[in-house]
Amino acid sequence: MSDTVTAHRPAQRRTLGWVLLEFLGSMNLAITLLVVVAVASIIGTVLQQNQPYSNYVLKFGPFWFEVFNRLGLYDVYGAGWFILILGFLILSTSVCLYRQVPGMMREMIRFRTQVRLDSLRGFHQHAEWRLPERAPADVIAEVIGAFRAGGYRWRVRDHGDHQVAAAMKGGYQRLGYLFTHAAVVVIGVGGLLDGNLWLKLKEWRGEIAVETRDLAARDVPAASRLAPGATPSFRGNVMLPEGRAANFVFLRLRDGFLVQELPFAIELRDFQVEYHATGQPKSFVSQVRIHDEEHLGDQSLDATIRVNHPLTYRGYAIYQSDFGDGGSKLELRAWPLTVSRLEPVDAKGEVGGALKVAGPDGPLGLELDEFRAFNLLPEPGARPGDRKFRNFGPSVGFKLRDAAGEAREYVNYMAPVQLEDRWLFVSGVRARPGEEFTYLHIPADGRNSPERFLRFNARLRDGEGLRALLARAPAPVENPDLRHDLDQVRLNLVGLFAQGGFAAVTERARAVVPADRLQEATRLYLGILRDTLAEVFLEVLREEGVNLEQGVGEREDAFFNDALSALAVLPLYGSPFYLQLTGFQQVEASGLQVTHSGAASVVYTGFVLLSAGVFLLFYTSHRRLWAWIAAEESGSRLVLAGTGNRRQAEFAREFAALEATLARRLGAPAPLTTSLPEAGEGYHLRS
Amino acid sequence: MAVTREAMLEPWEQPMLSQRLSAWDALWALLVMGGAGAAWWFYQSQMDGYEVAILFGSALALIAWGWYWKPARLFALAVAALTLLALWRYGVDYELRNSAFLLKYFLESQAAFMWMSALYVLATVTYFAALFGRSEFVGKTATALTWCATVLGMAGLLVRWRESYLLGADIGHIPVSNLYEVFVLFALITALLYLFYEDRHRTRALGGFALLAISGAVAFLLWYAFDREAHHIQPLIPALQSYWMKIHVPANFIGYGAFALAAMVGVAYLLRQHAETRRPGGLLATVLPALELLDDVMYKAIALGFAAFTIATILGALWAAEAWGGYWSWDPKETWALIVWLNYAAWLHLRLTKGWRGAPMAWWAIIGLLVTLFAFLGVNMFLSGLHSYGSL
Ligand code: HEM
Repeated sequence: MSDTVTAHRPAQRRTLGWVLLEFLGSMNLAITLLVVVAVASIIGTVLQQNQPYSNYVLKFGPFWFEVFNRLGLYDVYGAGWFILILGFLILSTSVCLYRQVPGMMREMIRFRTQVRLDSLRGFHQHAEWRLPERAPADVIAEVIGAFRAGGYRWRVRDHGDHQVAAAMKGGYQRLGYLFTHAAVVVIGVGGLLDGNLWLKLKEWRGEIAVETRDLAARDVPAASRLAPGATPSFRGNVMLPEGRAANFVFLRLRDGFLVQELPFAIELRDFQVEYHATGQPKSFVSQVRIHDEEHLGDQSLDATIRVNHPLTYRGYAIYQSDFGDGGSKLELRAWPLTVSRLEPVDAKGEVGGALKVAGPDGPLGLELDEFRAFNLLPEPGARPGDRKFRNFGPSVGFKLRDAAGEAREYVNYMAPVQLEDRWLFVSGVRARPGEEFTYLHIPADGRNSPERFLRFNARLRDGEGLRALLARAPAPVENPDLRHDLDQVRLNLVGLFAQGGFAAVTERARAVVPADRLQEATRLYLGILRDTLAEVFLEVLREEGVNLEQGVGEREDAFFNDALSALAVLPLYGSPFYLQLTGFQQVEASGLQVTHSGAASVVYTGFVLLSAGVFLLFYTSHRRLWAWIAAEESGSRLVLAGTGNRRQAEFAREFAALEATLARRLGAPAPLTTSLPEAGEGYHLRS
Repeated sequence: MAVTREAMLEPWEQPMLSQRLSAWDALWALLVMGGAGAAWWFYQSQMDGYEVAILFGSALALIAWGWYWKPARLFALAVAALTLLALWRYGVDYELRNSAFLLKYFLESQAAFMWMSALYVLATVTYFAALFGRSEFVGKTATALTWCATVLGMAGLLVRWRESYLLGADIGHIPVSNLYEVFVLFALITALLYLFYEDRHRTRALGGFALLAISGAVAFLLWYAFDREAHHIQPLIPALQSYWMKIHVPANFIGYGAFALAAMVGVAYLLRQHAETRRPGGLLATVLPALELLDDVMYKAIALGFAAFTIATILGALWAAEAWGGYWSWDPKETWALIVWLNYAAWLHLRLTKGWRGAPMAWWAIIGLLVTLFAFLGVNMFLSGLHSYGSL
């Protein structure tokens, strides 16, 4: 290591304290700690931190969940053992400073005029002159002239038989070590103070208890509340619906949370999200109003908060950090799908709330999870490359939970969506979160409503109605018995189809028809079924008053086909009704983060030190030059030597230039001088 | 490389810096300041106070760079010329990129990047040819190719900056906002760092190795562009709409570039050492630079990288304090930056205070690059977190 660090260590006796210092300040420990901290930090990046504990249980199973929990792996960077390692790194660095700094400071100011000739000759950079007709005095003058020109400071010392001119430059390089390592300590300490150390302390003292129940802020007991200023630093969040105010934030801690009270209230007056044409969000803007009797009296402070533009009030910083739904009001219409009755049921609900609805077998819980005013989604059938987006309009996301607690997720779009040239109501369903949605496409009728399809569907489930309808229809066969049988077959086929789609029909065929005639029989069945469905559909059209004088129009035909595809998947849809979103009043919510960072200024000081220190260390060099001059024969002898503690190659060149300059003034050096070194060689011979 | 021009320029006889600056240096300074002034004049309406400060700050940095390293001037002038040409051709019509010949085949950012990629790969091959063919001329060609690639790439970035504004005033932003753009930046910075050491140490022997890393980046770039269609200019998500990005990201990539260079030098070191033990007279053992030089360049690169990375991480922390509500969130990207930083801190200590040298340090530098690569790529690909911009 660099010359000085070992050089000036005061001799000490091997007391226990000394051994401890030796250990803590040892380079090996330092390097080990650097690596250990690095490795330990990896854990928290591969294992997602601070998730709901239920997620971890699912992921690892109860046993490993508990093990990892004990190890604090769900909040590694707040775990005792991690903080302990950091503490050690800080301690080790401090000890290192304590031991190095005095020596380095001395090194910074001392000129070292006490040097022996052979040690000078031992330096990698040195040159030697024999100068017969030059007096020592004017040799010194020349040398010092060069030192001065080179921007070196110097001292001359007379040792009687010889004199030494010792010069140095860039001593401030030594500050680099001090700054860099002091910065490590300062930043480390500041960071720990801003961490959750205080909470841990209060918890350990039993002053606070983490709240794990799902409570509203006002119901949280005092034990889980922190008064303003209870800790110098915190970082909490609150989700504010438009028009509401809060004077607290939630601090999530392990599997629960605490309520941190604020000395003022934040009211969200308005929240805006703007989107780019490509569908990415462009800006999130919260208009807030601060209420604070103590400091503002009955005045109030209005401010705008955007991402990257927080509001700082009384040392509390308020950030735009998230957004969500603040309980939008929804108007819903439930159309029955599994019965012959058409009349829909209207209902009102609020996002986040739940409704009870009657199902065929027992009541169902209807949980309104999400509302979106618009959905910018990739154009159907667009390649990932060409970034075409379309707004599919408002949608409602909800869950249907049966008595057993099993739930299916749905997302229904309010307006029909145009696919090719047809308009379809889209409803997605999935049995499990995370799965892909499968979609039901209900054709929209002339009045832009799902009603025609739903009436069609209802008719198919009305046995009496069907019988009557078929009776009225013109007779395909004369023989009344045959006709009766045929009608029966048609009814059965429609029934099968309504219950199980085309699959059910082919099933039945397979069951009753011998294999060799299966194909044609199936084709026959499907033909009959299709004709029957067409009959019913025409009936539906007539009821609507659609004029069928000159046959069925193209649009009706397309509708019929779409209707059949929809009916075919209906059995898999899993909901006894189709929930139509008929109206809404959106209430947005803005996620605000409020932080108070007591030690930020400390850490920032550390940043300044670190930046300055690193550059001093790397890009400056503490250089020393010595000129040893003695009277000799009629003239004098000059030994020039030098060393730098960094940037050896550069120093070698600098020294070479000095040597050249002096050679020009005094004549060529004695032959035994060094040739100019290769770059980098300097590293090998350290004085 | 014995005694060099620099040695004679050392100030033993003429002390004052001001006296050592020639008229050319003064002219250079005036030119850059003039350019910055013009940029400010035309675009001030788009800039806030910080950005004006950044503009003139970078102007000063550019002046200093040109003073410290002469070739930088020619580089900057060439880039400026090409960029202005493109801007002039564009006018205000983004669609010209598909019609105007000059833009479509040459200066439209995408085209410029393609040229850059091709030239870098070509340069890699040429450098190795020069190395094993021991040909001065081929070596010069390789250097020229690398310079051209770098000029085109840099011009391409600047043009892309303008293009983003042509696409829409609310879309415009500095092109360091996604993996595609920063990979270009990475290639450019690594190349410039290499060219600097090539000039300072008067050896082209490392060219092939440095350019190998760059060609790797180019390969990713092409895959990313053609397979993932990632080359489209995308609007900025709110979290990135900040002047901090202008300084945080480039600082980071000086770090990444330097670490990459150090690792490739490490490879050269190991090859030469291996060759020396196996076949002392052999080709590798003689064409590659002396181990001391390699060791020195490796150290200098890591030192530079460490310094830049320190600044970048600090800037990142300050930005985080403004965007995320805290200077440190242990977000995966942050954490990996810390890991990289600590790793190289350990490297530096081993070298300086324990005097370690040679193969182990070379290996460590190579592994260091893998760690860095993960911090730079892996985190975005495999880990979620604030930097992947889940919510905002
Ligand atoms: C996060 C912790 C640390 C960081 C970031 C750090 C950083 C640095 C840097 C950048 C250098 C300059 C290396 C060079 O010039 O090549 C350095 C040198 C040094 N470090 Fe550390 N260091 C840390 C911890 C420590 C510890 C704990 C010790 C105590 C054993 C230590 C002792 C030294 C010494 C003795 C030097 C040489 C100084 C000189 O000779 O000029 N460092 N450190």
